Amino acid sequence: MSLTNQIKNQHLMWRAGFGPAVEQLGDLFKYSPKQIYKALVKASEKKPEYINVADDYLQGLYMGIEEAGRQQKKEMSEDEKKIRQQKSRESIRNLNIYWLHEMVNSGAQLREKLAFFWHGHFACRNLNIFYQQLLLDVIRRNALGNFGTMLKEVSKTAAMLNFLNNQQNRKDHPNENFAREVMELFTLGRGNYTEHDIKEAARAFTGWTSNPKGEFVFRKFQHDYGSKTVLGQTGNFDGEEVLDILLQQKQAAKYIAQKIYKFLVNEQVEAGNVDWLADRFYKNNYDISKLLEDIFTSDWFYQEKNIGVKIKSPIELMAGIRRMLPMTFERDEALLLLQRALGQLLFYPPNVAGWPGGKSWIDSSTLMMRMRIPQMLNDRDEFNVRPKDDDDQMMGSSSSLRKNDVNEDPKATAMKSLKRLNKPLQVNIDWSLYTKNFESIPKEALLANVTGILLQVKSQVSQDLIKQYSDNSGRDNFIKTATLQIMSTPEYQLC
Amino acid sequence: MIIKRKEFIQIGSLATASMLLPKFLKAFEGNVMVPAGNKVVVILQLSGGNDGLNTVIPVRNDLYYKARPRLGIEKTKALMLGDEAGLHPALTGLKELYDDGSLGILNNVGYPNPDRSHFRSMDIWHTASQSSEYLTTGWVGRYLDAQCKGCDKPTQAIEIDDILSLSMKGENIKGIAVKDPQRLYGTANEKFFRDVMKNYKDEPGEQPVDYLYKTMAETLSSADYIFKQSRLHPTKAEYPKTDLGNSMKTIASLIFSDINTKIYYVSLGSFDTHIGQEGQQQRLFTQMNDAVKAFVKDLKGNGRFNDVFLFTFSEFGRRVSQNASGGTDHGTANNMFLISGGLKQKGLINELPDLSDLDEGDLKYRIDFKNVYATVLNKWLNADDKAILGKKYDYLDFV
Repeated sequence: MSLTNQIKNQHLMWRAGFGPAVEQLGDLFKYSPKQIYKALVKASEKKPEYINVADDYLQGLYMGIEEAGRQQKKEMSEDEKKIRQQKSRESIRNLNIYWLHEMVNSGAQLREKLAFFWHGHFACRNLNIFYQQLLLDVIRRNALGNFGTMLKEVSKTAAMLNFLNNQQNRKDHPNENFAREVMELFTLGRGNYTEHDIKEAARAFTGWTSNPKGEFVFRKFQHDYGSKTVLGQTGNFDGEEVLDILLQQKQAAKYIAQKIYKFLVNEQVEAGNVDWLADRFYKNNYDISKLLEDIFTSDWFYQEKNIGVKIKSPIELMAGIRRMLPMTFERDEALLLLQRALGQLLFYPPNVAGWPGGKSWIDSSTLMMRMRIPQMLNDRDEFNVRPKDDDDQMMGSSSSLRKNDVNEDPKATAMKSLKRLNKPLQVNIDWSLYTKNFESIPKEALLANVTGILLQVKSQVSQDLIKQYSDNSGRDNFIKTATLQIMSTPEYQLC
Repeated sequence: MIIKRKEFIQIGSLATASMLLPKFLKAFEGNVMVPAGNKVVVILQLSGGNDGLNTVIPVRNDLYYKARPRLGIEKTKALMLGDEAGLHPALTGLKELYDDGSLGILNNVGYPNPDRSHFRSMDIWHTASQSSEYLTTGWVGRYLDAQCKGCDKPTQAIEIDDILSLSMKGENIKGIAVKDPQRLYGTANEKFFRDVMKNYKDEPGEQPVDYLYKTMAETLSSADYIFKQSRLHPTKAEYPKTDLGNSMKTIASLIFSDINTKIYYVSLGSFDTHIGQEGQQQRLFTQMNDAVKAFVKDLKGNGRFNDVFLFTFSEFGRRVSQNASGGTDHGTANNMFLISGGLKQKGLINELPDLSDLDEGDLKYRIDFKNVYATVLNKWLNADDKAILGKKYDYLDFV
């Protein structure tokens, strides 16, 4: 069976971005995948704007940090600390929603998609909004650039240094956490270094820390200037030199190429393809754009066995729906609830290893939830699921909120939060942009057309069944309801 | 192994449901088996890091009162367990269990190189990994993988929640999360989903879409199965009208049925008491105490207490010294409650924490929690603990 340009272009848009957008539907038939890829690259050329969503109060504190340091002002009171943490958490929520919005609406799809990949690769939890913004900026700026440069910049962010305890990594008191994760998760993968390498590398990173503004600081009195041996090389290495040694290992190119392949192409790795990519990635000095070009212009990328075989991550699923059906949320909170219920909340990866992906997205709860989302967006179904609390995210706030009213009935509090969820999501979908794409399609071909745009795999669900559950009272109503039904199938979970 | 015919016939709708199911589920539908003795485990997760030192209080240790001038619980208020230790005053029901010989307490449970962040430490407890490794499957999930290769029984492990925890996710088989059997049944009976499932044809070769359909089929049939089972012998006993009370009631009703569930999982929280610890811990302990008390009474009344092993855990204990806000910060080793009519060791099983030998203000662990898991898996569930935990851990003697 030969594949149409439409299916190949959709494949490309799902993998090199967050799925085709409603305004691009016409292009799917007009251009070849090569032309579309070229356009995607061009649209991502511009350096991304720095995202700053920090609350004004925090902004004031942040600007005053240096001043406060100079004047040796007294420590913040406990209450001030609480307020600051609370506001920081809220700002991280805003950052989440802002970035998700970019994934949906930005033309720089390739950049945001790769930034999303690196967000999982350089997974980091940090409750300081400024640190998170700085890390996100490093990742978005370098997403299509040079991996080595990005590795070095990430390694110097306050978010990562703090997250991996490097402020505790001092001469004679090494903390190996940072060195371990840099090797295990960021560059080489397990089994490609020894415990001794970690110990030695940790010494090279001593003194790497940050100031309260989130700027990198090298504390030379905490640095171990002695000789170290890492992966067979000996010298008085500093952190930067150790990162260079890691990048000299061909294994680093292989590790990254394989991880990107799994993310963009197929969880089932074809060794020949990955070896070829890794080879070129290494020779091209870790140029990410060239690696992506190798992938997206290859013949094998467009082979049938690589199409429709990836389980969309929750973010890909949600962004994909929103790109196809432009919509506004009355309460942005809904976007966070959905992320939590589906198991992927931006800026809160499960651990430094990131989201495991693939089949791990799917269990009985998340699958049923996913298939109910289209009807929830259409306000036909309520969001009656209570996501688990995340104590890191809460930081004890559940108790702090009740600090002054110890006698408040906890049941009443629990009910309040439950009630808030048992509601429609209150979403307004702007259908006109979508339905007008099908104006010239004859009635009998309508469903096949809608299905073709939404699904990347052959549907097991018969047309008759979709029709049976759709509103046949008019052309637009039919398109709308059929679309929502198709989005409620197992097939729609794949791209 | 006994095949119980009675309920197999009672669950009439399964017969109809099975006609809708692809072949990979047929085996499951036809073999509702209940092992002899039908031993089950109930895991109660205390989320947020419960303060173990104010749970099992070292009432004769001056260092404890010195470290906690404001938060320390006086000996006169504690519910005494012998001379050395007392329970938190809210845990009256657990004190009765102690007197009764059906409460065991393991002190100083933890793991090497403890992590003080909630999610990471919970991750370690859920996956049973070393603190330097990252696993993507949970220990209960791997129990499912090992126990029923090819038999697709997600109902062997049930979490009473809307969302499934990592601990319940295996490589190939995942447990099922059910907050309310009736609600899940309602969702699963959404006609569209049933019809979509009917449409599905299981073709040779495992494509990703087959995995989705397989999960969906399991969910729909499990929802049916759990709901019907929960209606077989619904408990008539009184339970507190709290979240946990309702959850324990659901668990009891399922235990009294002949469902194939071996592990039940439920959480209570948040115990993250950085500030205002007294009120928060009191509230949560009251909920826990009342729910567990009703649960045990119910099990005893139905002659099942000897078959049920309940244990509690938290991702970490808390710092020995109180902080400046009437709370405690993240710590390390902690105690675990073991509750069953079939305990071999009772009361305080090992020594209380040594408060004079701390690691930067935190307790040192004496028992690796993985030894507890190994014991439960091997001695209670007859499972291959080594395969599940990836390593041989010595067994303890509490069961």
